[in-house]
Amino acid sequence: MIHIPLWKTILVIGVCLLGIIFVSPNFFTKKQLESFPGWFPKNTLVLGLDLQGGAHLLLEVDFEAALQEQMNTLSDAIRTTLRKERIGYTGLSAKKDFVTLILRDPADVKKATDLITQTDQTLQIASTPDGQLTFTLNEATIRERRKSALAQSIEIIRRRVDETGTAEPFIQQQGDDRILVQLPGLQDPTRIKSLLGQTAKLQFRFVDTSVAADPTKPTPGNDVLAEEHNGQINYYAVKKQVIVSGESLVDAQPSFDEYNRPIVSFKFDSLGGKKFGDATKNNVGKLFAIILDDKVISAPRINSPILGGTGQISGSFTVQEAQDLALLMRAGALPAPLKVLEERTVGPGLGADSILAGERATIIAILLVMAFMFIAYSFFGAIANIAVIFNLILLFAALSVAQATLTLPGIAGIALTIGMAVDANVLINERIKEELRLGRKMLSAIDAGYNRAMTTIIDSNLTTLIGVGLLYHFGTGPTRGFAVTTAIGIIVSMFTAITLTKQIIAWWLRLTRSTHLPL
Amino acid sequence: MGLQIIPYNTKFDIVGKKNIIFSILIAVAVLCLGSIFIQGFNYGIDFKGGLLLEIRTHESITDIAKLRADLSSVVMGEVTLQEFGSPNDILIRVERQPGGDEEQLTALAKIKDKLGTSVDYRRVETVGPKVSADLIRNGIYAVLWALVAMLAYIWFRFEWQFGVCSFITLAHDSLIVLGLFALFQLEFNETTIIAVLITVTYSINDTVVIYDRIRENLRKFKKLPLGELINLSINETLSRTILTSTTTLLSLLGLYFFGGPVIAAFSLPIIVGITAGTISSITVSAPLLLHTGLRAEKRSED
Repeated sequence: MIHIPLWKTILVIGVCLLGIIFVSPNFFTKKQLESFPGWFPKNTLVLGLDLQGGAHLLLEVDFEAALQEQMNTLSDAIRTTLRKERIGYTGLSAKKDFVTLILRDPADVKKATDLITQTDQTLQIASTPDGQLTFTLNEATIRERRKSALAQSIEIIRRRVDETGTAEPFIQQQGDDRILVQLPGLQDPTRIKSLLGQTAKLQFRFVDTSVAADPTKPTPGNDVLAEEHNGQINYYAVKKQVIVSGESLVDAQPSFDEYNRPIVSFKFDSLGGKKFGDATKNNVGKLFAIILDDKVISAPRINSPILGGTGQISGSFTVQEAQDLALLMRAGALPAPLKVLEERTVGPGLGADSILAGERATIIAILLVMAFMFIAYSFFGAIANIAVIFNLILLFAALSVAQATLTLPGIAGIALTIGMAVDANVLINERIKEELRLGRKMLSAIDAGYNRAMTTIIDSNLTTLIGVGLLYHFGTGPTRGFAVTTAIGIIVSMFTAITLTKQIIAWWLRLTRSTHLPL
Repeated sequence: MGLQIIPYNTKFDIVGKKNIIFSILIAVAVLCLGSIFIQGFNYGIDFKGGLLLEIRTHESITDIAKLRADLSSVVMGEVTLQEFGSPNDILIRVERQPGGDEEQLTALAKIKDKLGTSVDYRRVETVGPKVSADLIRNGIYAVLWALVAMLAYIWFRFEWQFGVCSFITLAHDSLIVLGLFALFQLEFNETTIIAVLITVTYSINDTVVIYDRIRENLRKFKKLPLGELINLSINETLSRTILTSTTTLLSLLGLYFFGGPVIAAFSLPIIVGITAGTISSITVSAPLLLHTGLRAEKRSED
């Protein structure tokens, strides 16, 4: 008799039962599951985009552009400071990652550096004897800003995507500067792409009507920005100073004006509302510009002070444009522009076909393996086949519980795992046969077979897990799906192919008291 | 009673024929290497970047040439069309557009414009140059690290000689799979890297089982010449090696014939790789040990 301690038997039965319970939700519809009692598991398999259909976008945060933007801001701040203190300079310019200028009087270096350091203490300033100053951000600051820009980008993307009503979007950081956006069920990602493609930096600034708005010759302190209406372009000289920016918004909604034209009405927070109220009170009769990403959306005249903290934008929109603008205003601005690096969409038809083909191929693969095992080992083959079935049950249960994503290569991984899972049984059975040929008695042959095959099984499975682990580490979505199913399959096979089969043999021996091995 | 598919007392003299076997395998390896360097790989969208669309039309497309010309007129570079499964399904590949990531998306918009709304877009992929460069780098790292990790593991569990010999065997197996892609100009995608890694993991599996037996026999038969001992170990494990490769190949053949075009393209290199891995585990990994002075060192330790 093979002795297996009672706790081990209970464990084996327990694991198999748990497997059956946790795999069972996959056989019911969502509605049926809702009607089941609360203790019953509800998690079903998560299908990858390649199986359920949907859009996949890989975005890159353009930190270079964000840094350039920061350099522009810095150079504006330096200009203001030096002008105020009447320190003469020439050649002030913002480069990719630094700002440089030459002081007219090299003796001013100390004074200028002190003044500018007061505005930003983390700035690194280098100076030459002839009065050239170079300002750079230090490494730590840049790293810090990149990190927060990435986190903030993910947050803003999530808000924008949620606002469009896409079901269960998946948004995740990839590497240092990439964001993966997966939108299950979405067929055409054009609208999402255009929503994510805008930084949506919103500003309210005054229009300077005292100078000509010539895009080739902006006057100091002004930017010349374009407004596009039905293909016609108007230019405005807009003051650099910002009255209120998008951060002060608390709400924005699409609606219609009295002529039934689509507009966007918005509401500032109390501080923003006060700033806007004060500015409009003192400038009645002047023009101000509402600017989104350096483009003028509309430039209305201030007819009377706007005091309530609310306002509306009418810019000859279509209904969709008004909706999208309101959405972008509500969700807030991205800290840096995003670029689409990769776009993949799978239609629901292909997904369904792939599931069908994958299912069919897997079932055929399993049947082939089981038939082969039965032919090679008859009764012991049948026991190995029971182990294979439980291997599948536990694998699907684990995938459901862990909510790991099943992809098309993942299905291939399952079929492959089945082929590899019986490896342990082949090793054990071959070893038992060998021990029998050496003249051992049945029971000691079984024992020796299991014990001796053990080291081999562990060695071979560990090397496989190393390979699969590397695949997971270096791979992307679908590849990782393959790695996950294979890894779970191998770990589960250690239990089903060894512990479970030994248990079944013990039961069989107790039941039949057989002295002869049908191997 | 189960069938004894592989007889148990085989006496194949693998070690005695190792020079012939090595010559054949070296010739195959040279062929593969030559093909990789001369023909090169037929990189797919994952590595080359570009556009790929799988469309289904409501009626079969009769004039493929016209469609190709239509599409070529709106984008740069080569456009290839391929029937994919049925006459209504067409796979369109467009070479990477000159410029950056943005240009790829613009080209996609133009193509969709040209195809109109009457076709069903089953799959659309655009990959920019940046992503494809990363994929190539990661693929190379994954394979190299896998080889090194396995060398280290075998070294740790056995002796250094086993580690080195398994490394050579695995490098040979990877070369065969890569050679297959170069020789037949199969599309080289991210899944190709998976195929190479599966080949490597599977081959090491077989190798470990044989090494395990050699280690056991080294302790059991202290006086047996190494060549005979290796032969004995190979023959003792032969039945297992062939049986498990068969079960795995059976499931892969199921995938190849019934899994649809995408899964089939994925399974083929794995089938070749596992076959190569099984053969090389038997004929290369073990006989190579003879050239490492394994026994001599053991004896001086005793």
